[in-house]
Amino acid sequence: MIRIRNVSHQIAGQTILQGVDLDIQQGGLTALVGPNGAGKSTLLSLLARLQTLQSGQIEINGQDLQQISHGDLAQMLAILPQVLTSTHRISVEDLVGFGRYPYSRGRLGPKDREIVAEVLESFELQEIKHRFLDTLSGGQRQRAYTAMAWAQDTEYLLLDEPLNNLDIAASRSLMSRLKSLAVQQGRTIVIVLHDINYAAGYADHIVAMKAGRVVTNGPPREVVSEAFLRSVFDTDARVIVANDRPLVVV
Amino acid sequence: MPHLWLLICLCLIFLLSVLSVFVGVIDLTPMALLQDPEALQLLAVSRLPRTAAAVLTGCSMAVSGQIMQILVRNKFVEPISAGTGQAAALGILLSVLLFPAAGLAVKMSLAAATALLGTLGFLALVQRLPPTEPLLVPLVGLVYGGILGAVMVFIAYQADLIQYIDVWMLGEFSGVMRGRYELLWLAGIAAFVSYLIADQFAILGLGRDMSLSLGLNHRQVMAMGLLCVSVVSALTVVTVGMLPFVGLIIPNLISRQLGDNLRVTLPVTALLGGVFVLGCDILARVVRHPYEVPVGTIFGVLGTLAFLWLIYARPRNA
Repeated sequence: MIRIRNVSHQIAGQTILQGVDLDIQQGGLTALVGPNGAGKSTLLSLLARLQTLQSGQIEINGQDLQQISHGDLAQMLAILPQVLTSTHRISVEDLVGFGRYPYSRGRLGPKDREIVAEVLESFELQEIKHRFLDTLSGGQRQRAYTAMAWAQDTEYLLLDEPLNNLDIAASRSLMSRLKSLAVQQGRTIVIVLHDINYAAGYADHIVAMKAGRVVTNGPPREVVSEAFLRSVFDTDARVIVANDRPLVVV
Repeated sequence: MPHLWLLICLCLIFLLSVLSVFVGVIDLTPMALLQDPEALQLLAVSRLPRTAAAVLTGCSMAVSGQIMQILVRNKFVEPISAGTGQAAALGILLSVLLFPAAGLAVKMSLAAATALLGTLGFLALVQRLPPTEPLLVPLVGLVYGGILGAVMVFIAYQADLIQYIDVWMLGEFSGVMRGRYELLWLAGIAAFVSYLIADQFAILGLGRDMSLSLGLNHRQVMAMGLLCVSVVSALTVVTVGMLPFVGLIIPNLISRQLGDNLRVTLPVTALLGGVFVLGCDILARVVRHPYEVPVGTIFGVLGTLAFLWLIYARPRNA
């Protein structure tokens, strides 16, 4: 479990997070939603220690985040940042192999190779494994990077807006793949999503943030409502129920 | 593919080395080596050192160019034109002015220190540039290198050392002799050490956030890279002078053809650097025989052609 207690954060004098308290339960898919500038990405980068914690406390499985070594953290938690470079000429297979770095320190052993092959298989990258990243479409590239983070074999996986620039087919396939893999392997995925319908459609938990605070937290059916959209996103939209999940009519 | 390239480069280095030994102002033939002790002397004192110097310079500069490109995450920079080379030359100049009696080791250390500072300065400048404008990075590098170079020329002018600095400004191998190039082996070692952690450099190329997520000690690898770039630049500037373009063209050529997985490509990059510099040095010796053209001039011409081809040719997909 990830325990976040009273975390506040400022960047250049501007308050980004204000006393955030949140427990992220083990297993399943937790979606972080909220309007632009709510502090979702900042929260994620604090969890992954990409930025220094200014105040408050974060614990992962009972351990203080600040006390965990680089190497150990990389075996517990992986993050995929929002901006993924495309100028790097690395083959898909090599990229997924980098995901084994916390274990292999650069020299892939037989077990690492086995895992890389498995991950390439489950992310359907076999056919393009020799292609360079800069020759892939946006969807393929996102899938390759996600596969790399998956190969890191961490209990927690944090994804910052992975559906950016993906079309509906690529978005749906990535979400359902993540969901089924998370269930199969009992991993915890925290994912920042822009589109509330993807959160409602795939997530087990939705955490909504606004102006640096967590405002609601619960399963999609309890969270997503017309009143919720009005208070968090300042928009009037109708919410219907389809396949047992709420759906925002846009 | 990479193995084929490696093999071809190794063969070329061998062939060019043999050729290099027998090309020069004084005629030297394979037969003479067997009969004439003076010929052996010439080989040991001049031809072999010169050949080794060209190969070592090419290898280490190509590697340091590649590492510099990873440090600033931009493919269009290289240390010699982006301030590191000028800073190293400034360091030598300062050591000549401040400690005129000191030996090569002091000169070298001071040059490495100023090269390190110069590179750090460039990194600090580049970090403030908008990531959406990648072409600003090489432009800022040229301006920054130009300013450092101007400072150096100004100091040299004041101290009446203008002729002296020409030696470092224009790289060439005609002065290389036994006893005066051995520092370059250190540059070669620095390049080899960076090959040992090539995986970490490759991951560094994915960016800070990604490398932190993968558990890479980001600061430490950055520091190693900076050290390698500074040491290689300082050593080559001290011994043979500035040789621009090598660190730019060779890594880009390899990246286009073989990609950026440095564990696989860095040895090819190094060897191809050696091939190019040695080849250009041989050309420099024969173009106006018995006079020599500076190798930097030859490389400038060939390098520009190679670069144009690089820009217009379609990159290999995989």
